[in-house]
Amino acid sequence: MKKSTIIIFALVVLVFIASWILKGSTNEGDSPYLQGFLVTLAAFLTLAIMSFLYKDNPYYKFAEHLFVGVSAAYWMCLGFWSTIVGNLIPRLSRGMSDFFQVPYIEGDYNFFFVIPIIFGVLLLMRLSPKGGWLSRWPLAFIVGTTAGLNFVRYLRSDFIKQIYSTIIPLVVEWKGFGAFFSDFTLSATGQLALMGTNIVIFIGVICGLIYFYFSKEHTGLFGRASRVGIWILMITFGASFGYTVMGRISLLVGRITFLFKDWLEIIN
Amino acid sequence: MMVHNLISTILITGENIGVTVSLAVIFGGLAWLMYRSIKGREVDRRVIFLFIFVAVATPIIFTITFEFKATPIVRALYDKIESLPENSTVLLSYDFDPAMAPEVQPMANALTRHCLAKGHKIVYMCLFATGQGQLERTFREVIRPEFADKVDGIDYVNLGYKAGNEGVLNVIITDFQKMFPTDVNTVPYDSIPIFNNIKSCKDLDFIVSIGGGRPGIKEWILFVGDPGDIPIAAGVAAVVAPQLYPYYPNQLLGLLGGVKGAAEYENTLKDNYPRFENSDTPAIKMMGPQTLAHIVIMLFIIIGNILYFREKRLGKHK
Repeated sequence: MKKSTIIIFALVVLVFIASWILKGSTNEGDSPYLQGFLVTLAAFLTLAIMSFLYKDNPYYKFAEHLFVGVSAAYWMCLGFWSTIVGNLIPRLSRGMSDFFQVPYIEGDYNFFFVIPIIFGVLLLMRLSPKGGWLSRWPLAFIVGTTAGLNFVRYLRSDFIKQIYSTIIPLVVEWKGFGAFFSDFTLSATGQLALMGTNIVIFIGVICGLIYFYFSKEHTGLFGRASRVGIWILMITFGASFGYTVMGRISLLVGRITFLFKDWLEIIN
Repeated sequence: MMVHNLISTILITGENIGVTVSLAVIFGGLAWLMYRSIKGREVDRRVIFLFIFVAVATPIIFTITFEFKATPIVRALYDKIESLPENSTVLLSYDFDPAMAPEVQPMANALTRHCLAKGHKIVYMCLFATGQGQLERTFREVIRPEFADKVDGIDYVNLGYKAGNEGVLNVIITDFQKMFPTDVNTVPYDSIPIFNNIKSCKDLDFIVSIGGGRPGIKEWILFVGDPGDIPIAAGVAAVVAPQLYPYYPNQLLGLLGGVKGAAEYENTLKDNYPRFENSDTPAIKMMGPQTLAHIVIMLFIIIGNILYFREKRLGKHK
């Protein structure tokens, strides 16, 4: 290990130990040193992850591996306590419900609840070199039921209802030019804005569909509509990108606020 | 408009030397980078990160806030809660984790404030296991300090997390008790007064899913809203908001998209309810860093384009 690496490591350890002691001595409450340790650890992990922006380094690797390990353990424990203990045992056995201290659900016993247990065990057979093929049965069940369950829902909500939402009047609440100009407003809920919105939706859907229609060459009027379709798609991607930037900045604001408020205490 | 507000902030609050100096450093630095890019020098990506950090940190240290007028899609959600008669039952589903919390926790807290102030009853539940911890934050930050008179089981109830994703929704659309035989405090369903006239989701007056992942609002629409013809609205992380716009207004009554949606809602709530004048408004505070960071990003896009077209003109670009 290089000398500079050891010096940097020693400095980092010193800074965070000093932060822990300082926070522990200034905190109020039942266990100030524990609170101080947790805040300091959170700050260290935040900075360790952010250090990747400079370049890959051991602190980032440590934080990343810790996150993956803790997440895996967390979700495994959660799966056991929320699905098996939370959902299954109260419907299966009073004795086991008492053992796990969860309320037994009277009158909800059904022998068929044993089937998920068998399927769950079969899924774990994937880890066995010889019995791996057995895991295909529960997997087939999961794929089949999910596909069946989602098919109807998606057909209704994402297909039929979306078509219904696209069939909209291009002229909204029209009472003649006189009424249009006397009530004229640029407000988002005004007649002009509503008509504009509906026209954009109509043109956007038609041109977007034309762009994805490949059985006819994109030339002439058809080609021009297709190019409008590309523009519509590009604007959509741009809006998505803008929203994504906003989301990521919000997360950064969250972490910086934590560092300034809870760790460094330089803001209220 | 926001750029105008920002400039006004700089000019009018000239005495705020911290803001002025920080903004001068940011925009001066950007002008210098622009000059370098015109001269054909490339900008290191770490410089961009540094600028974004300063742009975000400055408004956090020297608070810069703006006023927001609710857009129709946010207003629709606000008006729906306003129009419900007193004692209506609203379900708030916390379908998010700590990673999404900076964006959506302000929405959850604002919606809780609005519902309780209006006299509605709230049923809390989570489709995300980690939503339980976020729900506890709402209890700690909003309900206990601001609505101490509200009673657990009568004015609100916490059903907690239930594993099963859309399977949970598929059951509670016909029978709540089957999926939630007790609340988080193991009080039996039949003993909770709020559920006296509620058997399933169809008996609820309004549902709001707050989240941004899966399971989330899409599953609520597919498995509860559309099949049961139940009014649904959402507060979501910005990343998923564009995917949900097509559902508005027929399948989704209103939508709070990202921190801007949350800020608009907080502002509307503050304007209409004087009791929330001094309540915490994290989303409004977050819009200062957002605005400045967006301006910096836009300027970097311009700098990048200058560099691109310059290289293209010189024939360097392949």
